[in-house]
Amino acid sequence: MPTPKFPESDNAITRRDFFNWVVVGWAGFAAAMGGFLTAIGRLFFPNVTFEPPQQFKAGFPSEYAVNKVDERFKKRYGVWVVRNERGIYVLSTVCTHLGCTPNWLEGEAKFKCPCHGSGFYSTGINFEGPAPRPLERYKIGLSEDGQVSIDKNFKFQFEKGQWNDPNSFLELA
Amino acid sequence: MASFKEFSESITKSQAWKSIFRHGAPNNARNRVLVVLMNVFLHLHPIRMKKSGVRMSFTWCMGGLTFFLFMVETVTGVLLMFYYRPTAEFAYMDIIALREHVPIGIMREVHRWGAHSMVITVWLHMFRVFLTGSYKPPREFNWGIGVILLALTLLLSFTGYLLPWDQLAIWAITVGSNMARATPFLGHEGPGASLINSLMGFDVVHAGSDARFALLAGRLVGEATLLRFYVLHCIFIPLTASVLMAIHFWRVRKDGGISGPL
Repeated sequence: MPTPKFPESDNAITRRDFFNWVVVGWAGFAAAMGGFLTAIGRLFFPNVTFEPPQQFKAGFPSEYAVNKVDERFKKRYGVWVVRNERGIYVLSTVCTHLGCTPNWLEGEAKFKCPCHGSGFYSTGINFEGPAPRPLERYKIGLSEDGQVSIDKNFKFQFEKGQWNDPNSFLELA
Repeated sequence: MASFKEFSESITKSQAWKSIFRHGAPNNARNRVLVVLMNVFLHLHPIRMKKSGVRMSFTWCMGGLTFFLFMVETVTGVLLMFYYRPTAEFAYMDIIALREHVPIGIMREVHRWGAHSMVITVWLHMFRVFLTGSYKPPREFNWGIGVILLALTLLLSFTGYLLPWDQLAIWAITVGSNMARATPFLGHEGPGASLINSLMGFDVVHAGSDARFALLAGRLVGEATLLRFYVLHCIFIPLTASVLMAIHFWRVRKDGGISGPL
């Protein structure tokens, strides 16, 4: 009795071709999954956050009294605006020890962190407690309407010599 | 009046009973093996083990206790979820309500103390495995799974820490998540971030795009962080840990039972 055979046809696919196409198929599937997972990774970075903007206007220079720490923008934007004899600079309210928010103590003329007791002068220089470096400063300038403009996208660190950068200090005559 | 034997046989010979327990009573070696093999939970365990392998002085019971505490956390956690809403408006008040207005209001404390205990027992379990040399071949893979489970336990504690939404919670997560700033390449203050940025020619890795941002859903701990941590705490990490625990227990059996020499 002859062994039954599958009918041959012109478009019959060889075993080797079949497995090659299987490899192509799996590669395509893997690539699609890779793209999908990458897109899912993007899901964790929303296009809009409902945080205060990084750039904002902070009133006119004349509003700031000499040698005073202005706390108006502390809660919303996380900055102190400080005026000295020469001009204005903006300090970050993030303690350089572990990231808490220090308080400005007017009577003792210092920033004092409630978490671990770090202390900073009104310049932002650290002088007590565990903080390893001074508070950071943010970019400050004058906008076209004459208001102080602050940009938290740019920070200036004392220990890197960046406080000499003209953008870190608003010179006032 | 039917005797007790007739009564019990009417149960054990019923169709319902026999459909659940397809083997006979465990009164011989074969059936005792089947008790373990035919049960989806028990089959993760060894069929037989050396007497010394389960000696208290050898195991400290720490792995089992950790699993027990995980079950406690699951049950109490689900109970808490019936009342807790992960929004800035309600979270703290719900925590207070759980203590003040809800019957058996101790449930949150049980969850909290269970969490502390679980961290302790996980460490002691790891310490025991180290002391007994149970990380050595062929158990290296299971040690690796265990290290991931340790990390997941700590992450469960970390994500749960934020949920009360009080000052302690917010500042603890603020401080704790600052570590993510220093993630190599993925954190904006980490090693390699400035290299990537200079190679790309613009700031790819910055405070609004780095690992910390992905964790907090923002530059600061906020309402989006609360929701993100809630989902991680209640769904993602427990599910991942459950899958890994199944592998962990299965491998204990496959790799020659609990601790001790092979």
